[in-house]
Amino acid sequence: MTEFVAPEIDWLALAPLIVVLGAGVVGVLVEAFVPAKARRVTQIVLTLAALAGGFAFIAVLWPQIVAQPVQVVGGSVTLTPFALGTQGIIAVLAFLGVLVVADRTATGQDAFAPAASAVPGTSYEDLARRSGLEQTEIYPLLLFAAGGMMLFASTDDLIVMFIALEVLSLPLYVLCATARRRRLLSQEAAAKYFLLGAFASALFIFGVALIYGFAGTVRLLEIATAMQQGGLPLDGMSGLLVAGVLLVTVGLLFKVGAVPFHAWTPDVYTGAPTPITGFMAACTKAAAVAALVEVLYRVSIGVQAVDPEIMRQLQVVIVVVAVLTMAVGTVVGSVQSDVKRLLAYSSIAHAGFLLVGIAGFSSQVQSSTLFYLLSYGIATIGAFAVVTLVRERRVTPGSGEHNGPVEDDGVVLGEATEIAQWAGLGRKAPWLTAAFALFLLSMAGIPLTAGFIAKFGAFTGATSGGLWWLAVLGVLASVVAVAFYLRLLVVMVFQPAPITPGVEPARDDSPRVETGAVSTGSTSAGSATATMTKVQVTAAQRVEVTVVRSRGPAALAIAVCAIATVILGVFPSLVLDLAQEASKFVP
Amino acid sequence: MFPWLTALIAWPLVGAAVVGLGSLGRSRTGSASAGVGLARPLALLFSLVEVVLLVGAFAAFDTGAAAEHQLAATYPWIPQIGASYAVGVDGVGLLLVALAVVLVPLVLLAAWQEQGRDEVRLRRFVGLVLLLEAFMVAVFCARDVFLFYVLFEAMLIPAYFLIGGFGQGAGRRQAAVKFLMFSLGGGLIMLAAVIALYFLAVGAGVDPSRAFLVDELVGVDLGATAERLMFVGFFIAFAIKAPMVPVHSWLPDVAGNASPGTSTLLICVLDKVGTFGMLTLCLPLFPEASRWAAPFVIALAVISVLYGAIMAIMQTDLLRLVGWTSVSHFGFIILGIFTFTPLGTAGSSFMMLNHGLATGALFLVAGFLVSRHPEKSQRITDYRGLRSVTPVLAGTFLVAGLATLSLPGLATFVSEIMVLIGAFGGAPAGSAAWTVAAIPGVVLAAVYVLLTYQKIFTGAPAEGLEDLPDLKARERFVAAPLVAGLLVLGLVPGLALTYVDAPAEQSAALTAVDEPADAAAQMGSDK
Repeated sequence: MTEFVAPEIDWLALAPLIVVLGAGVVGVLVEAFVPAKARRVTQIVLTLAALAGGFAFIAVLWPQIVAQPVQVVGGSVTLTPFALGTQGIIAVLAFLGVLVVADRTATGQDAFAPAASAVPGTSYEDLARRSGLEQTEIYPLLLFAAGGMMLFASTDDLIVMFIALEVLSLPLYVLCATARRRRLLSQEAAAKYFLLGAFASALFIFGVALIYGFAGTVRLLEIATAMQQGGLPLDGMSGLLVAGVLLVTVGLLFKVGAVPFHAWTPDVYTGAPTPITGFMAACTKAAAVAALVEVLYRVSIGVQAVDPEIMRQLQVVIVVVAVLTMAVGTVVGSVQSDVKRLLAYSSIAHAGFLLVGIAGFSSQVQSSTLFYLLSYGIATIGAFAVVTLVRERRVTPGSGEHNGPVEDDGVVLGEATEIAQWAGLGRKAPWLTAAFALFLLSMAGIPLTAGFIAKFGAFTGATSGGLWWLAVLGVLASVVAVAFYLRLLVVMVFQPAPITPGVEPARDDSPRVETGAVSTGSTSAGSATATMTKVQVTAAQRVEVTVVRSRGPAALAIAVCAIATVILGVFPSLVLDLAQEASKFVP
Repeated sequence: MFPWLTALIAWPLVGAAVVGLGSLGRSRTGSASAGVGLARPLALLFSLVEVVLLVGAFAAFDTGAAAEHQLAATYPWIPQIGASYAVGVDGVGLLLVALAVVLVPLVLLAAWQEQGRDEVRLRRFVGLVLLLEAFMVAVFCARDVFLFYVLFEAMLIPAYFLIGGFGQGAGRRQAAVKFLMFSLGGGLIMLAAVIALYFLAVGAGVDPSRAFLVDELVGVDLGATAERLMFVGFFIAFAIKAPMVPVHSWLPDVAGNASPGTSTLLICVLDKVGTFGMLTLCLPLFPEASRWAAPFVIALAVISVLYGAIMAIMQTDLLRLVGWTSVSHFGFIILGIFTFTPLGTAGSSFMMLNHGLATGALFLVAGFLVSRHPEKSQRITDYRGLRSVTPVLAGTFLVAGLATLSLPGLATFVSEIMVLIGAFGGAPAGSAAWTVAAIPGVVLAAVYVLLTYQKIFTGAPAEGLEDLPDLKARERFVAAPLVAGLLVLGLVPGLALTYVDAPAEQSAALTAVDEPADAAAQMGSDK
């Protein structure tokens, strides 16, 4: 009997993943053993510590990996500088995203249902709300998702990639369904996401099977080598390879949110709890785009050797998808009337710009993509964090001239996501508006913000790959995109707050609007009614828009995002240096 | 050596931060009036110190070598993509910097009461003006194409907020959006050209870490087709900014809806970036393509001259009228640039300065007039017979108007005559004919200025306007430097011409550099 030989494992290289995923497991145990009162704080501290710890390990690993990439656990985890860079970006973005998730705001409520499993509208739901339950499982779920994303781009093995895909997707499906308000919408979004996501996963795994049939392996580098050397049993049947690569690509493009696989994006982004939307939009996109780059570039080496014609066709596919994605994202985005939907289409459009950079298949793609993902992610998390703070508030007109609110008066409801409702925000909350404007300008790619350098990198990538006309198309799409960011900006900054006809105009600047009625004391009576949707506001009452105060974390996230957006825009050199190191060892 | 240009760029930024950032605190209507009201004096102080810095820069500038880019400084900025922080001015650049720096305190002073008494609002307004000043100064100094592009786009943002947030017309929001969309559209087309330029330059052997520096790019052979494409990319952006028919339509809307101070900065300084860019980027970087496009550009320029003037005559809104006169004047400037003669180019450069002074005066005085009307009406027909009511205002308006129609003795006359004579002997085919066609523009200018003056200031005073106050001391301080500048430069144009002549000759030499070679080659082939 042969002796069992323990494989040699470079634990340090796995440390970032272990810390994040391990903390997720610990988080599950916390749910079981820590008393309910302390649970939330424990989970938040654990989650943030895990992400920070993961990032610290990434920083420690960085010089080593830049000097020499490693393969761990038989190649299941392949750490190139690019993969490690992606991990670092995901850790940073997830950290910021969790800050937003953790913020209860001055209303004392977070964005999540007290008992997500309760059927909406039942007495159990009501009971859970009244007894102040909290669904703290979201934190371990976030960690699992983040861990899956970090693994997603750090593997050479298509099967591991598939597992990572599921590890990151399943928690997200659940998280999407947990919104505190508009719960049916949230659950519908989750169902939609799950069904389409499962479909995409199936396509992905089918593609892997076809590739395995052709090359006899699921390791990307081995596939490339095998094809270069030739002599495969199925050498003549390159159609198998083409179909396989296309199916895998489709699976990834679904996660990226590229047209024509984007249909889920607006609904899911709208229905999911807003902090989760921000997390998802920033981190999932980073992971999926990085994985797409890894797959396409490794496969392209082999394909180029087998048949340059196939390579050309593959490029055509990416180009067509990029053009479609930009077109749909910007054109459809410009007619949206809901802020979250608008940001969803903006995310689609950005997928298009990213693909423009990727389609060039040039040597700079890795670095420009990483920079793009970072700057886009920062602006996105910041923007969604702002959305969480702009709320509707119920007002009963004529309830005694601003003295002594009647019951239910001044209760803060859900988010005010209609663009028209954002009118006059610039006067109510100047700092918040300034930050949001900055994020919009960055997404629009205005110079001196991070988004400009990112877009510049993407267009440069396309141009250096010979696709200068694609860069021109990207520029034209940018113009359209600017138009729709501007629409929101105009409403926020220039339009006065709307005055509901028939009732006395709200005193926009009265301190009570800004601070009153959102006192933490509103939890008992407040939270009971606050979960209702705006449909339930009676005719005698009306809804006005207010800005609730952050309890700190979300404000911190917004501030960090805003400062980073400016710094990356004005002095991008430091990060660009890192990004260029990350594009070493392009296979 | 003291970094004059960097100081000129940084100082207004400091001012904008000091004055403007406080405005983001919560605006409480209750406490706003309790503010100490430091915003305006503080901003004025910053802009006056900036003028002192400008004097220093003039003192350090060597007029004997006005064609060279002096006070230069170059530091790597984003070496990964080859961008540098490179500044330097030749005579033309220095004059335009001076125009920006001089106009800002005047605009602040003119707008002293125009934005109400809300301290928060005032802080935002003056903060944006100072921010815009920093960007405008920087863009005239930029010697790196990437830096130029970044500033070219970035300065749209404060301008956008100034138009949309602090304008006086009802259509200000639409005007702001229109302005931004036109400018960004042109700018993004330019971005594509900027990227392509970089790759072609690197392909032609320029060091990748310096491949955006204008000095490195001049003289690089890009290939005829590529050069023309890139010329078009740059030119569209500059034509929109200038503005030139047929991409001018944002300008009247902005002029009619923005506050007169904003319009002054926008049209008198910011738009000069368009013509400045044609002169300092298009011509040196793409000389062959410039010659290729010149007949077309000249035709459009002359159409701008005539169309702008005719539209000005037809306006009923005073501020829109001033906007349209600028379309006409920018036509002259572009005409002078694209005829490639030293005289015409020098005239255009001089005209950029003069137009800023004359139109600035006209905008500001028109603004004073409108602010006196009980309903702030901008309709010309709402005014009548104000010469007897407000004689000083009428006189100032007349001088500014006469400067706009280029009366001999005023600076604008000198520059316009230089442009016309230079253009008449211009290099591109048909220059002379087009120049003759542009001359009616001069006559039309007299019509729109004098007719307007007649409608507003002559006759019996209109009802309700009999006791309008005349210009106050503050307003006279605004108008006086501009009028004085126009008179002094009209009588002693040499003061400014020493700065523009040498760059003009160099520019003409650059664009003419291939002509003898072509001729020689042709002769060679004839043999």
